Amino acid sequence: MIDAPTTSAPSVRPPPTLEREELLRYGRHLLLPEVGINGQRKLKAARVLIVGAGGLGSPAALYLAAAGVGTIGLVDFDVVEVTNLQRQLLHGTRDIGRPKLDSARDRLSDTNPNVRLELHPVRLTAANALTIIGQYDLVLDGTDNFVTRYLVNDACVLLGKPNVYGSIFRFDGQASVFATTDGPCYRCLYPEPPPPGLVPSCAEGGVLGVLPGLVGTIQATEAVKLILGIGKPLVGRLLLVDALDTQFRAVTVHRDPACPACGTRELQGLVDYEQFCATGGGASAGLDAVPQIEPRDLAIRRASGESIQLIDVREPHEWEITRIEGARLIPLHRLETALPTIDRTTPVAVYCKAGTRSALAVRDLLDAGFRQVWSVTGGIVRWSREVDAAVAEY
Amino acid sequence: MPVTIALPSVLSRLADGNRAVPATGETVGEAVADLTRRFPSLSTRLVDDAGEPYPFVTYYLNDEDIRFAGGFGARVRDGDELTIVSAVAGG
Repeated sequence: MIDAPTTSAPSVRPPPTLEREELLRYGRHLLLPEVGINGQRKLKAARVLIVGAGGLGSPAALYLAAAGVGTIGLVDFDVVEVTNLQRQLLHGTRDIGRPKLDSARDRLSDTNPNVRLELHPVRLTAANALTIIGQYDLVLDGTDNFVTRYLVNDACVLLGKPNVYGSIFRFDGQASVFATTDGPCYRCLYPEPPPPGLVPSCAEGGVLGVLPGLVGTIQATEAVKLILGIGKPLVGRLLLVDALDTQFRAVTVHRDPACPACGTRELQGLVDYEQFCATGGGASAGLDAVPQIEPRDLAIRRASGESIQLIDVREPHEWEITRIEGARLIPLHRLETALPTIDRTTPVAVYCKAGTRSALAVRDLLDAGFRQVWSVTGGIVRWSREVDAAVAEY
Repeated sequence: MPVTIALPSVLSRLADGNRAVPATGETVGEAVADLTRRFPSLSTRLVDDAGEPYPFVTYYLNDEDIRFAGGFGARVRDGDELTIVSAVAGG
């Protein structure tokens, strides 16, 4: 049940009673006058949807389950990979290859068997978002892409459900509470997403493993406060977490009267978010159109003796992890100054980790007048899998 | 006016690793232009082709979003802090 004045989705469910075991389990909560028996009953009555059982969703789900949130919905369609385990605490080594929702169910039901878990093993889309989100009191956004973030935001605004937002990259985290009755929404903060490729993903740019622990627990804290109707939620404020310098600061987020979602309300329904996030100009427009070369094709042409310059546009610390033999390191942000040193008469193949930075580099090379240039599709990851297993994957 | 521009880690590597960079200008736009003159790689990450702020990068002048305070034309004062926040989607 949510009765915070800033929310618009008050539950009509009567608060359930607490069993004897629950009184003991939640004893430390019951000692807090801000929570007490009534607050704990509100938590038990609450229905929270967590979108994404990854870095943010893991600590958030664990703490919400431990806190006694009565019903937790989880949306995720991924399987557990070994690269998840550096930060996604819902899953363990034995879970590699299992659906994330299976390991999440095992872990959460052990944390608190009183919690009702509702698993949604699907990709959240414009076709199902309103139906799924509509079943819950509030949403906790733990997704890892802009497409789903705008989808979650718009669905929350349309349904009047608070959206407890968190996002992370490298050492920086952000958290806020959007889509409350009087507060701003995600579109008020970021009216449009960056074009694809401009902002790297955590898979490409990295993330400190404990950072989602910090931000996800802040999201869980905000969710609990909203359910209890206590404290001052992060409505109209964006919390910036700097894990490198250990600084937390909050900046103001205004509700934008021109916002199509929560301002003018011209957004009457969900839209095509793939298209919304695929458009836009800026530094990475037209990346889909750059010439590509398959790793196997490149290997065959090099093996046949064809002269091809191989340029690695990753960072020096990635070069230290692994590299393709015969490559030359030119980090992407140094490419412009290195242009005079690249032979214009010999074809150029550019690679990075997964193919985004190399596509940006190829577009820059084409703009600079290079003619035979390709981005290696899938980067060194696919090279490792398809051409040379001796090249480590990371 | 001398101001300090705070960069998120995703952008600081394009400013030789600096998280806080001094800049000068009478307005936010001039301070940002001073920053991008010294670190040209930042330019395509901070402003569009017309020199205006991107909709996915938010500029806070002493904790206030400049979109509601005059945009790049907002005047700065000695010692102001300009915080640049870029949309990130990791989770």
